[in-house]
Amino acid sequence: MSDIFENVEPMVYKSRINVPYQWWAGETASRFFISLRDDQKILGTKCTKCGKTYVPPRKSCPTCFTPNEEWKEVSSVGTLVTYTVVRRQLASLPRKAPVIYGLIRLEGSDTSLLHIIDEVKPEDINIGMKLQAKFAGERKGNIFDIEYFRPLK
Amino acid sequence: MDRAAIIGLGMTRIEANKVRDTFADMAWEAVNKALSDAGMTIDDIDNVVTTSNDFWDGRTISCMAVGDASGAKHKNISCCEGDGTFGAFYGLTRILSGSYGTTLVTAHSKGSESISSLITNASFDPIYDRGLGMDMISASAMQARAYMNRTKTTPEQMALVSVKNHGNAIRNPYAQLPMKITVDDVLKSEMIADPLHKLDCSPVSDGCCAIIIANEDRATKYTKTPVWIKGVSFCSDSFFLGDRDLSQAPSLKAAAKKAYDMAGIKNPGKEIDLAELYDAFSYQELMWLEALGLAGDGKAGKELEDGRYDLGGALPVNASGGLLSGHPVIAAGLIRIAEAVKQIRGDAGKYQADGVRLALAQGLNGLCGQSHCVWILGKDK
Repeated sequence: MSDIFENVEPMVYKSRINVPYQWWAGETASRFFISLRDDQKILGTKCTKCGKTYVPPRKSCPTCFTPNEEWKEVSSVGTLVTYTVVRRQLASLPRKAPVIYGLIRLEGSDTSLLHIIDEVKPEDINIGMKLQAKFAGERKGNIFDIEYFRPLK
Repeated sequence: MDRAAIIGLGMTRIEANKVRDTFADMAWEAVNKALSDAGMTIDDIDNVVTTSNDFWDGRTISCMAVGDASGAKHKNISCCEGDGTFGAFYGLTRILSGSYGTTLVTAHSKGSESISSLITNASFDPIYDRGLGMDMISASAMQARAYMNRTKTTPEQMALVSVKNHGNAIRNPYAQLPMKITVDDVLKSEMIADPLHKLDCSPVSDGCCAIIIANEDRATKYTKTPVWIKGVSFCSDSFFLGDRDLSQAPSLKAAAKKAYDMAGIKNPGKEIDLAELYDAFSYQELMWLEALGLAGDGKAGKELEDGRYDLGGALPVNASGGLLSGHPVIAAGLIRIAEAVKQIRGDAGKYQADGVRLALAQGLNGLCGQSHCVWILGKDK
């Protein structure tokens, strides 16, 4: 039987799913972002049962399955728990590679915050180093109100 | 648990780009192979579970779209979003409910048709962290770094996983990337996201797998070689990466413990003959081996160097070549089950391991192995 695909370009249908979304940030994240935007303060929520402080804040404790009723300000300084330096221009990157990502355990928090790390050479970065949040000059009430984390001076 | 068995399996070849096949074409091929493998016709199938992901398929309610090609018309069909092991778990529970004697489970995806980085980025929380721009590779790279830091596993040991699995794939005609490579080749390949080189990462792949599960009454009606489900469990960790210690996999540990208890396994490292693990990245094979209790904590790299996980070793791991040699997302875990079944039946051809009576298959779902599904399969009832 002859191969109908021989020496021909395969037929490919190009399209995209194009659906705009808007996500209500919820009470808890709203308060977190308002605090970043207006006061340059990082807030977490605390579980009164196990005592864990969650940053970014969560309305309920994932461990105890109880509401987190307390709010608590945590430090803008923390410890780098793990990191990666993305070298390839992966499609999801918001800017030109290399981009450094890390999980930062802020002082006063029991969880780590995911963010971008800058003002450090990839070869100088290491687990355990102290980092500090750099707040954006113009803040809009989103995660980029912390522009990035940088080594503590 | 009441007894149930896997009585048929079928899969497509795993390829970088199955340009000649639609999702339905792949499902048709895998389902018909599974029926023929089991000695059944579509009329012998009581119900169908399809497994897929809408974003990878680029269509909503994607699992319904392969129903026709899976022979599901006029049958009860249900769907599972996520890895094929979770679809199989659902299929098994339908058997155990007593409502169905046989379940056909399929899982498919075509990574070639979209952009995986954008799809996995969309699995991050849209409010807190999606905008930062991470994806599966960069998140896994952070996990690899955390795991290496805690266990002192070396880049060379991670690279050796890739060398072993690509080498095993040479014997598997269904694998996408059979390659004879060295540790040096892996370490010299492009650094995508520290510490993951290109050859530490699984490729983008297309493929489909189907299995047929039967209750005890029906298990021996069509085939003489049912493979018995001895234990199965899944467990999930917290969603946010920052809530977890990424260097550990407590949800896999918990899932494994439950599955071992069901199967009556006391010493998994000695009793299990072969494992097919979810090695989406080289370090994951080592990390999962430790969480499964098949290797001592932080010891998997050393044991790999000693040859324990080679095809001829005491516990062959990913004798098929694993995901590093072909990773059709969603189908990936179901393929692990199918490969374990082949090994128990003695049907694995050139990559057949010796004397496999008890095998483990693992699937996972979510970033950095948020949830894990562990299957213990056996030759003996």
